[in-house]
Amino acid sequence: MHPLAQATTQPLPLPEVDWRAIAPELALAVAGVVLLLVVAFWPRAGRGVLAGLTLAGLAAAAALTVWNWDLERVAFEGAVSLDGITRYARAVLLAVGALATLMVAQGDSREGEPDDSPPEVFPLLLFALLGMVLLAAASDLLVVFIALEILSLSLYVMAGETRRLAAQEAAMKYFLLGAFSSAFLLYGIALCYGATGSTNLLEIADATGDPTADGTLLLAGVGLLAVGFLFKVSAVPFHMWTPDVYQGTPTPVAAFMAAATKVAGFAVFLRVFAGALGGLVVSWRPVIAGAAVLTMLVGAALAVVQTDLKRMLAYSSISHAGYLLVGVAAAATVPAGVSASMFYLLTYAFMVMGAFMVVQYVSRLGPPDDDAIGERSSLEDYRGLARRHPWAAGLLAVFMLALTGIPPLSGFWAKYYVFLAGIEAGLTWLVVVAVISSVISAFFYLRVLVVAYLQEPVGDPGAETAPGRTPALGVALGLAGLLTVAIGLAPEALIAAARSAERILG
Amino acid sequence: MLFGQRLRALAGWIATLAVAAAFVVALAAFFELLSHPGEERTQILRGYEWFTSGDLRVAFDLRWDPLSALMALVVTGVSSLIHLYSIGYMEHDERRETFFSWLNLFVASMLVLVLAQNFLVMFLGWEGVGLCSYLLVGFWFNRRLLVVNPLGRLVEGEPDDTREVWAPPAAKKAFLANRIGDVGFLLAMFLIFATTGSLDFDVVFGEAGALAAGTATAIALLLFLACTGKSAQFPLYVWLPDAMAGPTPVSALIHAATMVTAGVFLVARTHTIFEASGTAQTVVLLVGAGTALLAALIAIGQDDIKKILAYSTVSQLGYMFIGVALGPIGYAAGMLHLVTHAFFKAQLFLGAGSVMHGNDDDTDIKHFGGLRSAMPITFWTTMAAWAAIVGVPFTSGFYSKDQVLAAAFEHGGIGLLAWAIGVFTAGLTAFYMSRYVFLTFFGERRWPEGRHPHESPPVMTVPLIVLAVLALVAGFALTTFTGEGGRFQAFLEPVLGAPEEHESLAAAAGLSAAATGLAAVGAIVAWLLYVRPFDWLALRRRWAGAWRPLAEKLYVDQVYEFFTVNLGGALAAFLARNVDQRGIDGAVNGVAELVGSSARSGRRLQSGLVRSYALGVLGGAVLIVAFLVFRP
Repeated sequence: MHPLAQATTQPLPLPEVDWRAIAPELALAVAGVVLLLVVAFWPRAGRGVLAGLTLAGLAAAAALTVWNWDLERVAFEGAVSLDGITRYARAVLLAVGALATLMVAQGDSREGEPDDSPPEVFPLLLFALLGMVLLAAASDLLVVFIALEILSLSLYVMAGETRRLAAQEAAMKYFLLGAFSSAFLLYGIALCYGATGSTNLLEIADATGDPTADGTLLLAGVGLLAVGFLFKVSAVPFHMWTPDVYQGTPTPVAAFMAAATKVAGFAVFLRVFAGALGGLVVSWRPVIAGAAVLTMLVGAALAVVQTDLKRMLAYSSISHAGYLLVGVAAAATVPAGVSASMFYLLTYAFMVMGAFMVVQYVSRLGPPDDDAIGERSSLEDYRGLARRHPWAAGLLAVFMLALTGIPPLSGFWAKYYVFLAGIEAGLTWLVVVAVISSVISAFFYLRVLVVAYLQEPVGDPGAETAPGRTPALGVALGLAGLLTVAIGLAPEALIAAARSAERILG
Repeated sequence: MLFGQRLRALAGWIATLAVAAAFVVALAAFFELLSHPGEERTQILRGYEWFTSGDLRVAFDLRWDPLSALMALVVTGVSSLIHLYSIGYMEHDERRETFFSWLNLFVASMLVLVLAQNFLVMFLGWEGVGLCSYLLVGFWFNRRLLVVNPLGRLVEGEPDDTREVWAPPAAKKAFLANRIGDVGFLLAMFLIFATTGSLDFDVVFGEAGALAAGTATAIALLLFLACTGKSAQFPLYVWLPDAMAGPTPVSALIHAATMVTAGVFLVARTHTIFEASGTAQTVVLLVGAGTALLAALIAIGQDDIKKILAYSTVSQLGYMFIGVALGPIGYAAGMLHLVTHAFFKAQLFLGAGSVMHGNDDDTDIKHFGGLRSAMPITFWTTMAAWAAIVGVPFTSGFYSKDQVLAAAFEHGGIGLLAWAIGVFTAGLTAFYMSRYVFLTFFGERRWPEGRHPHESPPVMTVPLIVLAVLALVAGFALTTFTGEGGRFQAFLEPVLGAPEEHESLAAAAGLSAAATGLAAVGAIVAWLLYVRPFDWLALRRRWAGAWRPLAEKLYVDQVYEFFTVNLGGALAAFLARNVDQRGIDGAVNGVAELVGSSARSGRRLQSGLVRSYALGVLGGAVLIVAFLVFRP
């Protein structure tokens, strides 16, 4: 019988509340509520104040994460587990959140124009992060679903936060398709519950070895779970929303979605598939491997024909999801697959955030584009960037080369480790496809550099509107660039940290 | 580059001094190396640990042994001269500080490549030189090919007329061919790590002999795929002739003297892996010989001086691969040819650049003739390099080519085939190179009215003279007086292994005579056709059936274009049209239409799209669940 149905006849057995285990989540929730109140009762609060409060909340959550660093336990009767994946994902997500806060703080303001995005975006950012951090820690499918909904609802609103038509359209699409895929996920959870009698991942893991369990029902449930997760990480054929949404939504939100959603999505992917469903690897591996092949190749091939940088980055994020799926496919039998994927997420998050920061920087140079389409991110706007803004072009080069996977930048190591894990798991054919795909991808990353470095600027450089000077974006760009280079030169410590994530607690 | 404006005037000199300093350091280290006895001449500089984790230990270790010392000396030495030359050549280019910074970055990457002690660091350099090459080929992104209009004036051609020499497509082609090669390098690296558990050269080569034959063949062939990309061998050579769209010093440095030899170096460096696989060696040998012949034939049909030299480079690289494919008897010969070729081909390119510099950047051989008196230094230095490449006895090219051919002959078996092709190609080489110098410097003047060919400034001619001297004496200096290649070979022996026996002097002399005689025939035929008052254009028209295939590069480009542009383009268009409904709109009609459509008829159109997206999700879900549930 369903737990909720029992509640009507007898007192609900309450789990012991382990406050310490969810301290970072609590900090984020409290900070989010505080910011919501500030926005509601102090409408004149400046962006700087709000950003400062958001960063303070993130710092508190980060401090609590460090405090909990060595804690390894299952809390709330198996609903939440603290292990390597949890803390690694927490750290990466909070760092991504801080960078995104800086980007949002910069906003779209141009000289003489009012702010485009409303102040509610700060509390929404915190709530989305809360959902993501919880998702990475969830070890019960119901918690997974709740966390997924927290983050999705926040993101739906964030995507449509401005009055631009393109953003509204993006939010609507994201919402409709997201709701659609949530239904699949929920149905998958129901089928798994039906087959194993539990939504707890540890108990599901035990049940997969049980010959009396209903195999067909469980496999159908696994398939639907895969659909839900593949949608969240935008793998082919569940990717179609990604380019439209990334292009239409404000750049800071797009960056946040591209980086943070992937981190949280893959964390839960690894925990559920490589952890709980590891016993069924023979069944689900072909599905994940097939999705990986499609995702890598379709993402790379379609990125080639894009002329808009945000759209190109969307397809690039799709193809990166494909490389990560190689890690997931390997992870069930090779523990290195888990650490390689987590490390990939870390490097990818900073590279892609950085690339979007440059987009934001450049889009603020020209006069505002037609409101319907959103920001200036066409490749044309990058012509001759190196002449006009050498630092921005230099950072763009760093991020593009890192995304390509050219040593010694961080992206190279990320690919290297994932591919190595793939080979160790006996998926050599998959790695060959991945290498070919990364070769194709080099074409469009380097094309951006060719445009920025080798083409003459169009129009009169003097006509550029001076960007509204706040240091936020500069700081964020510097941090992302520094991390991308530094991780590439000294990846060792972070790899070692990722290796501690190899053991999955339920 | 950030300080570009202020340093623009000095950029060239700073860059040149930096490379010259590197040369001096390399020279000092070389002499230090010589002070050690032969078997102790491998020094490994343990660099900072990039990282260690699990089995994988990667560090910036550098290796200084006779082979890397040789390469480092050639790279820095030739680069110094070419940097110096570039100061004059790029004098009027407004982006020359960018040019020099990229050129310096290239030299740095090349040094990383040759000094690497493990595959990863080598790959870092390998990618670095590829990137620089890509950027430098596309350097004149806005310059089109110059063509002579009906009035005899030199004008910029339309990009459509000259699709293949216009810089951006040429850069793209170079990039594509090299990336295909890089796939080979990456896969080889993964395979090496998977089988030996290390990427360090010492460890890997130590275990190379114990590899299963199939594995060794796979690794070697994947590495060789990388070589065919970087070193322009069949089937990936097509990018090199087009890469001539870059500035001429780039052609000389990257696309003749150094970067393209990286593949030869790679085979020599990983020779233990190739020795473990006879199949791979045979493939290298046949590809090298075939490319040498093919490129030499195409070179005969070209009218663009830089293209003649480009195909000649491809052909000479083929000789080098013949050398390194033969095992211990050929390694030293192949490497010697690499060194001498670096000298004479760098000179030939810089000479061609000097000719262009004095002739309004014209490259069409039909517009020269009789430049001998107008450009005496360029003429005499080019003749020295001509003597070397043709193989006039006692010039550098004579020694090196002779050793490659002798080694092939001695190798026997399939080596005899390579020898025969090599000797025949030597004749062809003599013909097309003689055609080049005769049509450029001898005979009647054919340049258009109003042009005043002039000699280049000293900053350009000094490197020409130095390289010409090297082209003449390097072979003699690097080998012993017996002509046996003793000293050079002995120097490399600690790295590359010693050959088993030496051939008899008499047979060697006979073999040299064969190649030299055929070369003489080639040169004489060229003299008859192109120096004597003779209407060679009429001959060409009469024999158009034989001429056209050569001029059209044996149609290889067309075949590739069919497969890549037509089929690939159709595929991309198909994907864009049917899969990505909006991407192609952006590409074709611009964002404007997108704005219009979403603003005007937004709701109806977009809801349709969402429905189709949802259909995609549903279809995927059904597929996945059906697969999981109904799979037997």
